[in-house]
Amino acid sequence: MGENAGGVHCLKYGLTVHNVLSVKVVTIDGDITTMGSEALDSPGYDLLALMHGSEGMLGVVVEVTVKLLPMPLTKQVLMASFDNVEAGGHAVAGIIADGIIPGGLEMMDGAAIQAAEDFVQAGYDTQAAAILICELDGSAAEVADQMDAVKACLTAHGASAIQVAADDAERARFWAGRKAAFPAVGRISADYYCMDGTIPRKQLAYVLRRISELSAAKQLETVNVFHAGDGNLHPLILFDGNKPGQLEAAEDLGSEILQLCVEVGGTVTGEHGVGVEKINEMCVQFKTAEIEQFHAIKAAFDAQGLLNPGKAIPTLNRCAEFGRLHVHNGELPHPELERL
Amino acid sequence: MTDADQSAELKSRVDAALSNTQPLEIIGTGSKRFYGNSVDAEALDVSHHRGVVAYEPTELVITARAGTPIAEVNATLAEQNQMLAFEPPLLGGTGTIGGALATGLSGPRRPFWGSARDMVLGIRLLNGHGELMRFGGEVMKNVAGYDTARLNVAALGTLGVILEASLKVLPAPPAHATVVLEIPAQDCHARTEQWLREGRPLSGVSHDGERLLVRLSGTQSAVSDALSHLGGEPMDDHQADAFWQSVRDHTHPFFTSDEPIWRISLPPGVDPNHFAGPQFIDWAGQQIWLRGDHDADALRTQATRYGGSATCFNHRPSRIGAFQPLDAVPMRLHQQLKKAFDPQAIFNPGRLYPDLEDA
Repeated sequence: MGENAGGVHCLKYGLTVHNVLSVKVVTIDGDITTMGSEALDSPGYDLLALMHGSEGMLGVVVEVTVKLLPMPLTKQVLMASFDNVEAGGHAVAGIIADGIIPGGLEMMDGAAIQAAEDFVQAGYDTQAAAILICELDGSAAEVADQMDAVKACLTAHGASAIQVAADDAERARFWAGRKAAFPAVGRISADYYCMDGTIPRKQLAYVLRRISELSAAKQLETVNVFHAGDGNLHPLILFDGNKPGQLEAAEDLGSEILQLCVEVGGTVTGEHGVGVEKINEMCVQFKTAEIEQFHAIKAAFDAQGLLNPGKAIPTLNRCAEFGRLHVHNGELPHPELERL
Repeated sequence: MTDADQSAELKSRVDAALSNTQPLEIIGTGSKRFYGNSVDAEALDVSHHRGVVAYEPTELVITARAGTPIAEVNATLAEQNQMLAFEPPLLGGTGTIGGALATGLSGPRRPFWGSARDMVLGIRLLNGHGELMRFGGEVMKNVAGYDTARLNVAALGTLGVILEASLKVLPAPPAHATVVLEIPAQDCHARTEQWLREGRPLSGVSHDGERLLVRLSGTQSAVSDALSHLGGEPMDDHQADAFWQSVRDHTHPFFTSDEPIWRISLPPGVDPNHFAGPQFIDWAGQQIWLRGDHDADALRTQATRYGGSATCFNHRPSRIGAFQPLDAVPMRLHQQLKKAFDPQAIFNPGRLYPDLEDA
């Protein structure tokens, strides 16, 4: 709730905010109040939506009521290999253009495929520059129709190989590599730093190319896993914290990647939140008036700033300090602030 | 009418209103002006601030200025076999995207495909300081900053002027069918749940007082399969389209008298017989429309008892507040939020709650 998280199913089934009916909240004044209800809407402002992703800044959520869905009757998982990431990105757009919203649609780049395969032996195509894992769910008839359409679409977009999982065990194996991608990367690098930007999907090829250039400039490697359906990119920056300067270089690279996400029309965090770590990048994404509006919302709930102080929303002074270092395209961020 | 970006003009109007402490009533085509409490203020017409700004079918996102007619957006999406999944009502046959979001109303598809607020990805907002701001964006996963975009849905313009919105859109299902079943209203929920467990592609479950009408939307195979299992009498396609449109837009004969229309929003499975008088049931029993003179307090007490709320939706007697009153703690939070966006209380004063501006 605090980060409005969403996993592999969220393109079809929504984020946390789409699946929570109500929350019980303790306010900073010590009152207990309920936001939302088991009905499909409630009178007044949508405080329930506002609580989602608010990182504990507005109140203490002590109880959550979620909507449940019946398990899908049928599931099919297929995996397609591509010789380049761009073709994989186009295939994702093609599936959606065909009117299909898969239950899951994930992409991994070559480095992520290799790391996952070495770790769990999922049967991934380690020659591929990218693989797409696509899960279709629904009634048997619906899934059969969609499988045919997706296979045709992947082929038309140049998939070099397509495998369809034969049974539950194989479906689990296809997913195992993706789900183990983070620990798999942990095996090949002393440390890794996981980023969480979201981008318009059409920018994928450009963003991955820029990430690779930015990484090379820092002499670091980056491995990419991508919630392809919804544009949420998780670049994993590999570094060794025991080597002097590498942690700082990884942090700088992470910040550059997030600023790249904003530049192409995306956001600095899809689901992992801002906390204190991404707070400087908030200054890149939002203007002064917007940041002031966020502070006013915070003050409406917690005038003294007692809940999670310093998180989620930067002070304008912090933005000025950060901005002094990062003049973007010659534009000074928050120019109205006095520079010291 | 031609597309135009009137952000700067609207900002000047708001700046002038702020310096004169002149309250404003935000208005588009006026199709939903009856909804909510009445506002006594100078009109701020946003209907000329219109046009689709961006549409990326494969990204499932459309961005339109607030004054863009809903019908224009629907037509643009239909060309690409896509749709607004929340099926916004066109009351009086018109309505704008800004009005759809400011009221937050959703049509018959809502329980199965999501609501207006569910589909909002980002907005541009003019707040009560006269500042032009952007919240959210055009991507589906975005947790940077508070969810100010969704907060403004159904806020009835009391937090600012929605200037532009980016909405998630979905592919329009290739096949549709409607069946009519002789099933009593109180069985609506149980049958719906059973159908959902069977994976039926429901997109509307309404009861007109006599019969249950079920709309199916999905792949041809899923719709055909469901048709053979549900039984009942299939409805002619044209007749079915006309029926669902009349439910969405309130042109169905149930809604066309001058009597007050109440909207009861309920948890799943509440027996509609707990509410007396003529009724029309939508959202598989989670939205009950009641017609006639009701004692507001008694009706709201009854709705609360079953976990819901009652809105006096249309033809509201002036002595009755449109919306169910809030308890003290949420009211205090509402008042403080109102102040956080619109400290001089210039936007739509009283429209949501008469005491919203009393902080």
